[in-house]
Amino acid sequence: MTSREKILANIKANQPDLRPLPEQYTFVSSFPDLTKQFIDVLTFVGGRALVVPDYAAIRADLQAQYPNLTSVATTIPELADLADRTMDVSDPHELADLNLAIIEGPIAVAENAAIWVDEQQLPQRVAPMITQYLVIVIRQSTLVPNMHDAYKQLKVDTTGFGTFICGPSKTADIEQSLVIGAHGARSLTVYLLP
Amino acid sequence: MNQLNLDHASAAVAFNKDEPRVDWHDETLWFVRTKRDRAAAQLPEWEQLREAASQIKNHVLSNMHDLLAQFEENAKRNGITVHWAENADEHNAIIHKLIQDAGVTRMVKSKSMLTEECHLNDYLTRHGIEVIDSDLGERIVQMRKEPPSHIVLPAIHLKKSDVGETFHEHLGTEKGATDPQYLTEAARQHLRDTFLTRKVALTGVNFAIAETGGFVVCTNEGNADMGAHLADVHIAAMGFEKIIPRAEHLGVFLRLLARSATGQPITTFSSHFHRPRPGQEMHIVIVDNGRSRQLGRPDFRNSLKCIRCAACLNTCPVYRRSGGHSYHSAIAGPIGSILAPNLDMKLNADLPFASTLCGSCSNVCPVKIDIHDQLYKWRQVLMKEGYGPGGKTAAMKAMATVLESPSLYRMAGKIGRGVLRFTPVLAENRFNPWYNQREMPEPPAESFRDWYINNKKA
Repeated sequence: MTSREKILANIKANQPDLRPLPEQYTFVSSFPDLTKQFIDVLTFVGGRALVVPDYAAIRADLQAQYPNLTSVATTIPELADLADRTMDVSDPHELADLNLAIIEGPIAVAENAAIWVDEQQLPQRVAPMITQYLVIVIRQSTLVPNMHDAYKQLKVDTTGFGTFICGPSKTADIEQSLVIGAHGARSLTVYLLP
Repeated sequence: MNQLNLDHASAAVAFNKDEPRVDWHDETLWFVRTKRDRAAAQLPEWEQLREAASQIKNHVLSNMHDLLAQFEENAKRNGITVHWAENADEHNAIIHKLIQDAGVTRMVKSKSMLTEECHLNDYLTRHGIEVIDSDLGERIVQMRKEPPSHIVLPAIHLKKSDVGETFHEHLGTEKGATDPQYLTEAARQHLRDTFLTRKVALTGVNFAIAETGGFVVCTNEGNADMGAHLADVHIAAMGFEKIIPRAEHLGVFLRLLARSATGQPITTFSSHFHRPRPGQEMHIVIVDNGRSRQLGRPDFRNSLKCIRCAACLNTCPVYRRSGGHSYHSAIAGPIGSILAPNLDMKLNADLPFASTLCGSCSNVCPVKIDIHDQLYKWRQVLMKEGYGPGGKTAAMKAMATVLESPSLYRMAGKIGRGVLRFTPVLAENRFNPWYNQREMPEPPAESFRDWYINNKKA
């Protein structure tokens, strides 16, 4: 008998009688203003949020935030002129010196400021972690109230990898002092288009 | 760490010698607990979410066989290689073989309590493989050759001055430096180099989805992602109880997990892995190591519902004042104390007694495990199986004899009052555990029975 067969046989012998899944496992969140809720939570977790009318406003803010920054990449055609390199590389190690990644987020969650991205937005999975600074552009029209709503819209295995990103990477492992910028991006700016 | 060789009570005595430090430990963890309370209070449906999570997990326990078979089939279809390990040795050997097959001798690892349970690092080190833990807290304790003292906050027993000293020794930071920002930056540089140079990365698994054959890994630091996305081989190790039926159930668990753990609305990264990236190998090791035995114990199987949030540790008055290392087990605190006796009853017989049975653990548990009831039930099993602490067994027997006999009981009371009044040294000495950190009471002049007889006459 292989270990697989032994483990499964033991489980079958020992598991209790079948119990049903709960009827209710999704809940409704009603926030008066999804954008405000999203921004409040993102600010709470150390991110920066900005409501903008168009790409020109994003470009202006980025140029003010990161003047003369090099090693910038984006997947957004409207902002292509800001980039001096691509994230679309065959070896992810080539992104080791990436300073700024600008990507799109197709779905964002108001209750916890989490933004879903998968390989449709990411030419390389490691891009939003390995970059020093991360920018995600979302549309207010794609904000959903909570995680249940997000999973209703998502198909998590459309691509081989997807992740919810909530704020910049952080740690509190040294005496519970919050430090922003652990191994992933040192900052996260989210622009909210209409 | 001789603390690890002591039973919980003795180790707790050692931990309590440095009173200000114990107070700090206690207050720090209580602060995390209050953050959890604030986060929970923001969701009106919090209790319904806990109930849903509990019921989903009850279903999982009852349908484990089919869900695992379904998961395996879908994972394979996704191009993931699935391995099964009956015990810790097999788990370690599988991972060792995968590292050898990759032709390397170094691996980077993100947090996995399962690999702590299996003592993977020791095993690989003995076989000439270098393992670097990439979670900051885990890296700190690894440098100090200590195990994690908390499942979410591995270095919570250390002060920043301890970390400063450790980093000065291992990373060459300035002597005496204690600024967390500076120390974290040093670790970031050191570990970034590690991520960029390792061909094999191991991660844990928070949830494995039967319906889609993928798995979810949650971190705040981004270390699991940095390791996995840069490696040629990604190994994910999971206890079989991590399975959930469908992706939509993640809505329940991801809303509960980080809020229960640290009071965050969600972790920074909740990464869903379904297929290896082009050219990459992805492996999942599904581990039993006593879990199928626990599944067969009706009183204790609910412990397998655990999602490792550590809310029960943060709220536990005994954990907060005795420290994680006192539990001499990979998982400390209340949940660890109901998991550990299943792994080794004799070695862990002291742990279910490391509790006041106040029930706070069960009240905060996001999947509604009856933790304090199980602690109580383990005590009965352990006493029955003959693993009870020797002194306690003798004392209980003596007490039973005295309580069974009214005349013996009256005599004992008289002697006790006499001792406290005339020869207090017989009670107020270090051999009496009740006298530790306590004043003995003023002895009453007479027993209640004597008082009753006297007053009834009047």
